[in-house]
Amino acid sequence: MTSALSVDRLEVIFDRFRALKGVSLDVLSGESFGLVGESGSGKSTLLRAIAGLAPAASGSITVNGKRLGARRDKAFYREVQMVFQDPYGSLHPRQTVDRLLQEPLAIHGFADGEKRIQRALDEVGLGTGFRFRYSHQLSGGQRQRVAIARALILEPSILLLDEPTSALDASVQAEVLNLLEEIRRRRNLTFLMVSHDLAIITHMCERLMVMQNGEAVEHLTADDLVRRHVTKDYTRNLLRASEGFVRV
Amino acid sequence: MSTLLEVDDLRVTFPTRTGLIEAVRGVSFSLGRERLGIVGESGSGKSQTGRAIMGLTPTQAEVTANKLAFDGIDLLAAPPRDRRALRGKRIAMILQDPKYSLDPVMSIGRQIVETLRTHEKAGKAEARDRALAMLEAVQIRDPARVFDLHPHEVSGGMGQRAMIAMMLIAGPEMMIADEPTSALDVTVQLDVLGILDKLVSERGMGLIFISHDLRLVSSFCDRVIVMYAGKVVEQLAASELGRAQHPYTRGLLNCMPKIGADRHPLPVLDRKPEWAA
Amino acid sequence: MSAEAIQSRRDWLLSERPASRMQARLGRAYVAWRRFSANRLAFLGLLIIIALLVVAAFADVLAPYSPTIGDLKGSRLLAPSAEHWFGTDDLGRDILSRVIFGSRWTLYVVILVAVIAAPIGLLVGTVAGYAGGWIDAILMRITDIFLAFPKLILALAFVAALGPGIENAVLAIAITSWPPYARIARAETLTVRNSDYIKAVQLMGASPFRIVLRHIMPLCISSLIIRVTLDMAGIILTAAGLGFLGLGAQPPLPEWGAMIASGRRFVLDQWWVAGAPGFAILIVSLGFNLLGDGLRDALDPRSGDQ
Repeated sequence: MTSALSVDRLEVIFDRFRALKGVSLDVLSGESFGLVGESGSGKSTLLRAIAGLAPAASGSITVNGKRLGARRDKAFYREVQMVFQDPYGSLHPRQTVDRLLQEPLAIHGFADGEKRIQRALDEVGLGTGFRFRYSHQLSGGQRQRVAIARALILEPSILLLDEPTSALDASVQAEVLNLLEEIRRRRNLTFLMVSHDLAIITHMCERLMVMQNGEAVEHLTADDLVRRHVTKDYTRNLLRASEGFVRV
Repeated sequence: MSTLLEVDDLRVTFPTRTGLIEAVRGVSFSLGRERLGIVGESGSGKSQTGRAIMGLTPTQAEVTANKLAFDGIDLLAAPPRDRRALRGKRIAMILQDPKYSLDPVMSIGRQIVETLRTHEKAGKAEARDRALAMLEAVQIRDPARVFDLHPHEVSGGMGQRAMIAMMLIAGPEMMIADEPTSALDVTVQLDVLGILDKLVSERGMGLIFISHDLRLVSSFCDRVIVMYAGKVVEQLAASELGRAQHPYTRGLLNCMPKIGADRHPLPVLDRKPEWAA
Repeated sequence: MSAEAIQSRRDWLLSERPASRMQARLGRAYVAWRRFSANRLAFLGLLIIIALLVVAAFADVLAPYSPTIGDLKGSRLLAPSAEHWFGTDDLGRDILSRVIFGSRWTLYVVILVAVIAAPIGLLVGTVAGYAGGWIDAILMRITDIFLAFPKLILALAFVAALGPGIENAVLAIAITSWPPYARIARAETLTVRNSDYIKAVQLMGASPFRIVLRHIMPLCISSLIIRVTLDMAGIILTAAGLGFLGLGAQPPLPEWGAMIASGRRFVLDQWWVAGAPGFAILIVSLGFNLLGDGLRDALDPRSGDQ
């Protein structure tokens, strides 16, 4: 198996604050990889740095064998797309779903836009009835589906998922997680998924990295986690916390 | 067990451009000195229920009930003055994000002292001592330092503890906590819940814990009310959750991913229109 | 049209599942219109502005006399009467006719200023806000310099340099009125610049130019329209002020400010000479202000989307 995405000793510094302190990871092609941590752990920063939304101070990022420079070119965006956490903030408030989906096609000069939009909407389970709605006419789950359709429309091979369901109700979360899994299977996508919820990560990913304060705590497989084969106290704490409240 | 709060057929109606929207449609329950969880998804009316009890419903909305009584006092008939006096003194509320509930320009300690002194006569030194003791009770390690800090200078978990301290300082008999830990990291969340649990049981308070997280609520509360579309669909003891009858409750429990349960795809909730009827 | 047909058309406009781009757009406009027309005062403002447009368009038909040629012999400084509703001025011209023709010049000034100043402000503001860094610093310092001068004084200086005349007055007012628009556009841009939906467009590979033009500007336009409408009254007054000082419209052009200036000499005895154009300015300014307030309620992106 080849590596789809590899990050080597990546540092991100915001105004002298080291948000990422030399993090390395390697995601295989077709794999689903999870990043777990609490707020301030740097997990979202890592995702944003890969997408080019946070500046890398040092280290390197390689996508499908190509090392990325400081600027991303158009070809990069056709390989890597991202789904954001907040479905209420990631859709333009003045654009219809149709317009949102048309934009990437226009930027990349696709001619068969009509067909692609139809197909993308069908794929995320939104019929054509949603095509000309504005985002305020959609529920949280529907918005997240639109965001997924927008990410898929350029047919990327890698999808970055930044807590894609944490703003959704539990029942809607299940639907969106199922959708993501189905899409990954059908398109043979590589996922890099961020979440604070260990249960979601073990459900969605084969391997994961636990992060704290901008550093990697440990690398695990989902199986390790299920069988409680963890070595670090921090991970153990997270595991305990995920089981709910225990009266002492 | 004495009854602290009695709610019978509570309704909250909002007027909108397209007509009336009923956020809460006939909710009834009673609360003793116990931990009661109200669970539901967004739009279920759980928060509006809490706000209506607290008297924090927006003015354009209408609140009606056959009975809404706290310790025998009819809350809907009580004049606003009495209601304000009850708020904070005998009924307290904790909201999701301490950032919005704490005054950003006043130090945490002063806010706690002010809260105390609006509800009872206490000397300056005494109020300060009690505030410090309260900060200690919510397990803030260095109360004297935190006393002088402003809300933006503390972390989310610390802010929420300060908020709890402020709410508990006047010794309320009932507390409504609306998603008190949803904005916090999981590990901090459990600390805060632990503190809340201890204080509630030590002081014999009644607690209404409003949350979207069925698993968390069931591990924390004695009794759980499940709400859907403004109505109570099921009321049961937290320990009985595994034997829930209503398909909505069961679906809600089922659809969450669990560590070790290998279910692909996850079961999804099949919403039936008759649930909302 | 029957009640049912109206109802079905309303349902079509308010449909939650529009079937075409056109329907979605019309539906959105309809919601804004309903919000706007629910506000009585705003509606009054709109009626005033429509009346102004009609009067300007049909000035030739509506005006009973010529605005420039008067009867020096028989009708100098006549008080308002059935024959001359607003009276006549010192050159024997019918003031009503002059006010009616003056509406054209008022519209001319207002529209030209809006067309020149608003796009400049929008462009400077959005570019500065989105680019940040030294581009922002330079553009905003230039804006500050323009903002630091009182508007009328700066306009005076421009007109003094360019020569009096209504075109130069328009130019001077436009040049002095774009900085507030740039400020508004920049503030708006800063609030949306870091939003996820702009990040998402960046991740599509869109160029900064495209992002500013197609994603940021549309968000700034409504607050700009509101601000420009509210400023219209000020623009009319500035134009009138320049006219009054003799630096705007030149006689015999029936411009309202210039009319007040010439009526000033007899304001105590023949009050209608200055009063009529003054009243016209008052009404039109009021109309624009009411309209602007209504637009703020109808278009404000912050007041929930429904």
